[in-house]
Amino acid sequence: MRRVLELLAPVALVLGTAVLGLEVSSYLQAYFLDTLVKVAIVVALYVFIGNSGVLSFGHISFVALGAWTAGVLTIPEGQKRTVMPGLAHFLVTTNVGNVASLALAAAVGGVFALAVGLPLMRLSGLAAGIATFAVLEIVDNVLNYDQSIGPAENAFSSVPSTTGIWQAAIGALICIAAAFAYQRSRFGRLLRATREDPSAAAAAGISVHRQRLGAFALSGALAGLAGGLYIHLQPLTTSNVSLELTFVTLAMLVVGGSGSLLGAVVGALVLNGIYSFFSAATNGVDVFGWNLIVPPGTAEIVLGVLMAVVLILRPSGLSGGRELSLPRRAAVADLQKARAPT
Amino acid sequence: MILAFLNLSWPTFANALALGGVYALMAVGIGLVFGVLRLVNFAYGQLIMAGGFALAYGAQWGLPNWVSILFCFGVVLALSMLMDRLVFRPLRTHSPAVMLVATFAIAFLLQNIALLAFGAYGKSAGSLALLNAPWDIAGVEIKKIAVIAVATAAFSLAVLQLLLTRTSLGLHMRAAALDFRTARLLGVRANRVIAGAVLVSGLFAGVAAVMLSVTEIQITYTFGLQDTILVLAGVVLGGLNRPIPATLGGFSIGFASGILGGVLPSNQSQYLPSFLFAAVIVVLLVRPDGLFTRAAGAVERV
Repeated sequence: MRRVLELLAPVALVLGTAVLGLEVSSYLQAYFLDTLVKVAIVVALYVFIGNSGVLSFGHISFVALGAWTAGVLTIPEGQKRTVMPGLAHFLVTTNVGNVASLALAAAVGGVFALAVGLPLMRLSGLAAGIATFAVLEIVDNVLNYDQSIGPAENAFSSVPSTTGIWQAAIGALICIAAAFAYQRSRFGRLLRATREDPSAAAAAGISVHRQRLGAFALSGALAGLAGGLYIHLQPLTTSNVSLELTFVTLAMLVVGGSGSLLGAVVGALVLNGIYSFFSAATNGVDVFGWNLIVPPGTAEIVLGVLMAVVLILRPSGLSGGRELSLPRRAAVADLQKARAPT
Repeated sequence: MILAFLNLSWPTFANALALGGVYALMAVGIGLVFGVLRLVNFAYGQLIMAGGFALAYGAQWGLPNWVSILFCFGVVLALSMLMDRLVFRPLRTHSPAVMLVATFAIAFLLQNIALLAFGAYGKSAGSLALLNAPWDIAGVEIKKIAVIAVATAAFSLAVLQLLLTRTSLGLHMRAAALDFRTARLLGVRANRVIAGAVLVSGLFAGVAAVMLSVTEIQITYTFGLQDTILVLAGVVLGGLNRPIPATLGGFSIGFASGILGGVLPSNQSQYLPSFLFAAVIVVLLVRPDGLFTRAAGAVERV
């Protein structure tokens, strides 16, 4: 029963968002699409950060690489030269369909994460944080200037916008299913053991490096998939998939509660929902018959205040790091918390 | 000449030294707060940004330079005390990851407030720009600001060293950095020590704001952000647990950035961040505990 709830609660939330997104006007639907893609990104982050306890600032670079892969391979051949004059020849002549481009985006994200993780997963703590940050900066820098693999500083336009409500929802659900399967698997348990006590886990014969690397590659692949969804949703520039997205998605994960899959989904839905509401309110929204209009930029400020307030008042996140479960378990967890030395 | 061999000129060398000096100050600012709070303050760059906007307003109101510099210090110090009171203090007992993400949130918030208030193009702080003029030193033309930055950094670090070693507040701060709980048991007042560290850290942010605004006149909402990221990398590179390694780390990354910027051919200079961060990764892999720390690894706290 608990196991079923653990998967069903996030799935139901995503499906609910998707169904709600079908009901609203196409103008508001854009916000629902964006939210579903954010869910996919945050769940990808959760697979590594939540299970390993190691902070990574590099995941948005996998999102960016996935987006670039899917974008370059799906822009119609006739428009490639105008959008990307310096593109390498083999990329000009290669074109794939929508689904194949998403699969390739996931593959590129996963392989790159594996290659980067191979040396980097030996680090932990702040050193790991700064090293993954360095990966983000390097990828951002190269994508921003290298014209042979993409549009460089220009916006990534002319990509077929195939990410509708169902594609976004299915993408998010694939990420959730993968995250669930991973955390219930042997490998997920081994990695969480290293999170709780690295020395004890190593003493019990667990290779910390190998377990972290596996999760890093998996979450890199999911982040690449999310990047593919993102580029099929709207034209991106490198600044869309860099520092700010890293901040915002990490905050979503921590505010939701980085210890649970439910937390990742709830954090993305709640924060992006509030952000979307205030973004839409710049053009006026109807709140119980009262027309609310806010100046542009309010959404970001509300989001910042909200993130800070939640972190100060409830540092384990909205979900408290727990999956949805039967009440008895929650009571035990509370008891343990009360006993823990402060 | 080694410099000529490396295709370097004296002005490039001086500018690199100056950038290293400013980054060293920022590194100390970040390192001091980390020492007592175990908190990596990502919002440090936004303190510098606030100082930059204060200078821009000083220029716009036509204030004399020394008044606008004082105004800049006032704004930065007030903001850092506010941050301590509203964010650091309630979060003090929480895990380092939560604190780090909380400073992200503050950085994000302050940046967007600045974007909303001052627009994407920001404001110009031109009143100190005359310091970009060169001085003739032994036949070599070196920017005034380079000399001033190096001198200011050296002076500030010397004063800090005196503060840390010769005053009781400094002793308390060092004790708190080594073992906060034991220090409190022995009578060190937590709030005072933390406020002291935050204040000194804010002062250094003010100095950095003044120095950086001379070469980067247009103050926008991203002012100081890229510098802070580099300094953070430098601080971790040097070794975050001790003030001197942290300072050296900050200096090294600023110096390396200045030298690389001067040496790289113009068609590759856009990839400067890639070269720097690749170097950061390599160093971290070889010396994860820090470049300038002794071999015995410190206990990892984050």
